[in-house]
Amino acid sequence: MLPILEGLLPGLESVSPLGPSAYLWLLAVPLLPLAAWMLQVTIGRFLPRQGDWMPTGAMGLSAVIAIVHLIKVLAHWDADFLLASAQDGYGWRFFFTAEFPAAIAGFKAGILYDNLSAILLAMVALVSFLVHLFSIGYMQGDSRYNIFFSNLPFFTFAMLALVLSDNLLFFFVFWELMGLCSYLLIGHLAQDEKEPRMSAAWAALKAFMTTRVGDVCLFIGMAVFWVNFETLSFHGLYTATADHVAANGWESWMTFGGVMMFLGAVGKSAQFPLHVWLPDAMEGPTPVSAMIHAATMVAAGVYLTGRIYLLCSPEARLVVACVGAFTAIFAATIGITSFDIKKVLAYSTISQLGYMICAIGVGGVAAGLFHVITHAMFKACLFLGSGSVIHGCHHEQDMREMGGLRKKMPITYLTMLVSTLAISGVPLFAGFYSKDAIIGKALERSQESGELIWALPFWILLGAAAITAFYMFRLIFMTFHGTPRSKHAEHAHESPWTMTVPLLVLGFFAVFSGKFWLADPLHAVSGGNDPWFLQLVQDPDLERWESGHVTAAGGLGGHGALAEHHEGEVAHHEHYVGAEAHHEAMIFSVLAAGTGILLAFLFYFWKVLSAARVAASLGGIYRLVLNKYWIDELYQVVVVRGTMKFSDALFWIDRTLVDGLVHAVAGTMRRLAGLSAATDRIVVDGAVNWLGETTIAAGQATRRIQTGRIQQYAYFTFAGALALAAVVLFDLI
Amino acid sequence: MGLTAYLVVAAILFVIGLVMVASRRNLIYVLMGLELILNAANLNLVAFNRFNPTTKFVAGQDVPVLDGQIAAIFVIILAAAEAALALAIVLNVYSLFETIRPDDIDNLKD
Amino acid sequence: MDSLPLLSLITFAPLLGMALSLLLPKGKDDAVRWTAVVFTGIPLLLSCWVYLGGADFSAGGMVPELTEQWSWIPQFNVEYFLGMDGLSAPLVLLSCLIHFIAVFASWNIKKSVKGYFALLMLLEVGVNGVFMALDFFQFYVFWEIMLLPMYFLIGIWGGPRREYAAIKFFLYTLAGSVLMLVALVAVYLKSGEGDLESTFNILQLQSMAGTWAFDASTFLGMKFTTWIFWFLFVGFAVKIPVFPFHTWLPDAHVEAPTPISVILAGILLKLGAYGMLRINFPLAPDAFAHFAYALAILGTINIVYGAYVAMGQTDFKRMVAYSSVSHMGYFLLGVAAFTFTGLNGATLQLFTHGTSSAMLFLIVGVVYDRAHHRNLNDFGGLAQKMPYYLGLSTVGIFAAIGLPGMSGFISEAMTLLGAYEAFPVLVILSTLGILMTAAFMLYALQRVFLGKLPDKYADFPDLTRREAGTMLPFAVLCVVVGVLPTFVLDVQGPALANLLESLNTAVGR
Repeated sequence: MLPILEGLLPGLESVSPLGPSAYLWLLAVPLLPLAAWMLQVTIGRFLPRQGDWMPTGAMGLSAVIAIVHLIKVLAHWDADFLLASAQDGYGWRFFFTAEFPAAIAGFKAGILYDNLSAILLAMVALVSFLVHLFSIGYMQGDSRYNIFFSNLPFFTFAMLALVLSDNLLFFFVFWELMGLCSYLLIGHLAQDEKEPRMSAAWAALKAFMTTRVGDVCLFIGMAVFWVNFETLSFHGLYTATADHVAANGWESWMTFGGVMMFLGAVGKSAQFPLHVWLPDAMEGPTPVSAMIHAATMVAAGVYLTGRIYLLCSPEARLVVACVGAFTAIFAATIGITSFDIKKVLAYSTISQLGYMICAIGVGGVAAGLFHVITHAMFKACLFLGSGSVIHGCHHEQDMREMGGLRKKMPITYLTMLVSTLAISGVPLFAGFYSKDAIIGKALERSQESGELIWALPFWILLGAAAITAFYMFRLIFMTFHGTPRSKHAEHAHESPWTMTVPLLVLGFFAVFSGKFWLADPLHAVSGGNDPWFLQLVQDPDLERWESGHVTAAGGLGGHGALAEHHEGEVAHHEHYVGAEAHHEAMIFSVLAAGTGILLAFLFYFWKVLSAARVAASLGGIYRLVLNKYWIDELYQVVVVRGTMKFSDALFWIDRTLVDGLVHAVAGTMRRLAGLSAATDRIVVDGAVNWLGETTIAAGQATRRIQTGRIQQYAYFTFAGALALAAVVLFDLI
Repeated sequence: MGLTAYLVVAAILFVIGLVMVASRRNLIYVLMGLELILNAANLNLVAFNRFNPTTKFVAGQDVPVLDGQIAAIFVIILAAAEAALALAIVLNVYSLFETIRPDDIDNLKD
Repeated sequence: MDSLPLLSLITFAPLLGMALSLLLPKGKDDAVRWTAVVFTGIPLLLSCWVYLGGADFSAGGMVPELTEQWSWIPQFNVEYFLGMDGLSAPLVLLSCLIHFIAVFASWNIKKSVKGYFALLMLLEVGVNGVFMALDFFQFYVFWEIMLLPMYFLIGIWGGPRREYAAIKFFLYTLAGSVLMLVALVAVYLKSGEGDLESTFNILQLQSMAGTWAFDASTFLGMKFTTWIFWFLFVGFAVKIPVFPFHTWLPDAHVEAPTPISVILAGILLKLGAYGMLRINFPLAPDAFAHFAYALAILGTINIVYGAYVAMGQTDFKRMVAYSSVSHMGYFLLGVAAFTFTGLNGATLQLFTHGTSSAMLFLIVGVVYDRAHHRNLNDFGGLAQKMPYYLGLSTVGIFAAIGLPGMSGFISEAMTLLGAYEAFPVLVILSTLGILMTAAFMLYALQRVFLGKLPDKYADFPDLTRREAGTMLPFAVLCVVVGVLPTFVLDVQGPALANLLESLNTAVGR
């Protein structure tokens, strides 16, 4: 019976240092929110409190599982730790049927669990759980409360599953599902029963379409590698690419494929030029923004870039670095001019994402991904904090209407301040370590290559760091300091515990997720030993890898660790950054952060300088930045209008030319039919009628013989007989 | 005397019959002429059979073929039947048209 | 099983239902409806049973216990030959399901109910017959049987311009089938050259292709197989429909009543594609290989052009109709690629598009029943009044967009992955179609459901149980095939592997 079910549910068993049935537990991490989603969609409305506790609880459970496994992985402490279910024979063959060419017959989608995915999984699950908890308070009274709580766990499910995917195809599947969830969640308020917001609907559409442009590119990139290597699993691709590069060097199609895949990340991680959706996505409820900006969507893009780093040719890596660096500075400048508290955070996210992408481009894969983790913590905290502020100020989002909230919302203030310190890169806070690693890597790369183009990222990132510190402190000062500038701000109040507890947890991680310096204060500042993340996740060893010395790889690949273990060698890993470059970069980055913070103090705290005057003196440039470089308008005119016009034109062609042709054929046919009818009437019918008339005439002529007299007939008969006789006798015929 | 004599008699009979059929103004005579024609034919049949005897090999011996005589007998029987039928028609014609002059009956032309 | 002629039952049970419903006294509309339910239900049950375990399709060829072969017109060697393999099985299942659901979707048809349902059942006979006929002559007969009821169903029960649409549909299809008829006769006569007996048997003809004598023969300066290929191709392309033969489709859809649109998009379009896979390509493999690039270009045009034109529509139904044009393009693109992945994806696209487009037309039907117009710009805010409708519509629309987890993704992804090897440029171009599909679908969703609810729509009831019931099976299938594509792939895979192998052998690859 049902042969289709065969191979679907393989007996999952353990094969790992994580103890028995690790895969089942890991599978449970994404499946719990999925189950919660299903229940919430079907019976959520009928549960007490519209079932909000169920997805939250499921998320909590899944966070616990993810964290427990992370702790096990940390206890194991091996940079080459790798758990790949496909290698252990467990997987889902999905659409790869048995008849596939032999090379792919064994392809199965499975779980990939290495240090990176372990950390990311725990981070996503934890942040998502906190966002769920926060939403219970924040979304109170929403007309579609239960729907919100069904979309949220589904979003998380997609991200968790994406993190665990061991192949590009499944990666793409969950990647797209996140697109759907972001569409639904950003557009959440568009279906509000009291006041549906069309702007939310447009923002959702924009987000979906913009990221889909990236998705399509990612798909093309996938296809490029698929047709050449006939595999989509990450490690399969690493190995195949390494072999190929070792044999043929980098080829242009690989650059094309790599850049296309990276464009997927550009869409999801809101890099220039596909960044336009992210600020608009602020139309979604604030917890959704936190989710998108910290735990899910945008992190996925960076994660992807990290995972495909080894598939990118040097040219592709240069593209990655340039796009990242440009986005970092570009978005930061917009951040300065924004007055919407969420928009500031949105542009800061874009800018920080640029950091991460740029880091990966310059070879600091681990540093970039490290920043994903720390950034997730403080950015989630900032967003939830802004949500708390907005909640406290009765949904006021304009910072000019705030001020003096420090006393009224102490917990929010404290946690947001901590996170701001972290994002600005102030030493001891989490962001410092990751940002420092990135800038250090950029400097190292520029020193290594000695080319100008590789020096650019370093200076750009440094500038962006200063700007970041500036606008983030601008946000803090405008929101929390000074005096209340509106009624809403005066009557603000601290949020309930479901909202402050997540803030506190995230604030804690905003301080300590970079390096747990309470345990080791001295090393914490001097950077004497690497942050934990950089010890666990290491940059791929490109040179080794390109020379094809890889059979199976742990982590991001490239180390060939498993192979080496088999050979009995001890794997040796260099430190992530040349020590010299590291110290130099640290000084620079601290200086940059200090400059930014100082400027913010001058403008917004001591008010020695006037922002308005500076803006006025900048004139056109200010307006350009304030209007986000007119990029949205440009897209509106060129892409949206252009598409509409083009589709109208094509429809015109369809109606007039194609259908016109059809009608012309039909008309011609009708005319031909008329012609043939005429022919019928005149020629064919004419002949028939002529024959008939002739026959009648002949009958009329001959009927005179017909007298009716039998004796006459007898004469005729006799005459006929005589004639016959004559014929016979005289042989006439 | 040979076959010719019979044929001459038959021809005379035939001509008489023919003239009767063609020219008499009474249907009864026309019928009689018809009988004469039939009998002329009969005479011919019998005469030909008599003067051109043939045999057929049946059941181990030669048997004379009498087709002419047999045909004549058929004709006689048919003539009898025809006479009966024709007289009945004549009676009906008379009751319908009140005449048995063939010239007056030309309804067949319609 | 041995004694029961299953395939004949699947094909002709609706004919029995048609006869029965015609015999029913006047005015018994409900009895007619239930007759239709029963007699479209029987094929559905049987095909489900066959599909879900009654037959083993893993060998790839015709399932031996499912073939029925009798002599029909011995003078011309015409046979009554039905058979089912992995290629036809999913389509037969889909056809039975769609007709069964169309019966329920037709419940509120008021105009001469008896005639309507009789024609509907006759239509099913034709469709199922085409999918299972293995005798070319019989295939053609079923093909023409199908045409007639469709003409009347559109022409009598359709919208305001129904006569125009019906005659357009009829003439287009007839023009196609005339070409097919020519090819049919030509192939028949050619197959008898030498000391062979002429045959209509498709399997036999297939096995002759590539080896038979007339491969080399020419007619009017072109290879004979090329003639055959293009005649058949145009005949089937009209049905798919392939640009530039597609303009009957939007008109037919716009005028047809909802259930007929469902059948039209759900299954009739698939007949052309099936015909290509069963007859067109196997009979002229060399021409197919030679013109593969042209087909791929046509497919790409379909994808992109259909999507762009759909974008510009204000009529909901016309938009969905053009989206069908776009989606059917994937079939051509995937098939032309000549790879197993592409072929599989393309064939799966038939099934997945069958479910998703049927659902979309049902969705349009719901809103049309209530508002009596389909102008997208005139709707808005229906989400507030019709949450269940919104939910099912979202499923349908995202299935059409090709969201992972829905069936459309699998087929489109496989098609494009498979086609990339052969036509990288065309694949990249056709991704424009993917983007546009998402854009116009979501734009439509937004215009119907979001924003302010006009007062005139404020009393719209949500889905009735019947309406929801007609959509649910499709929604379930979309998700099931999206998550477990092997549900279809495992059945069609072996058959397609055989097909590909024989095509490759024929052209010497």
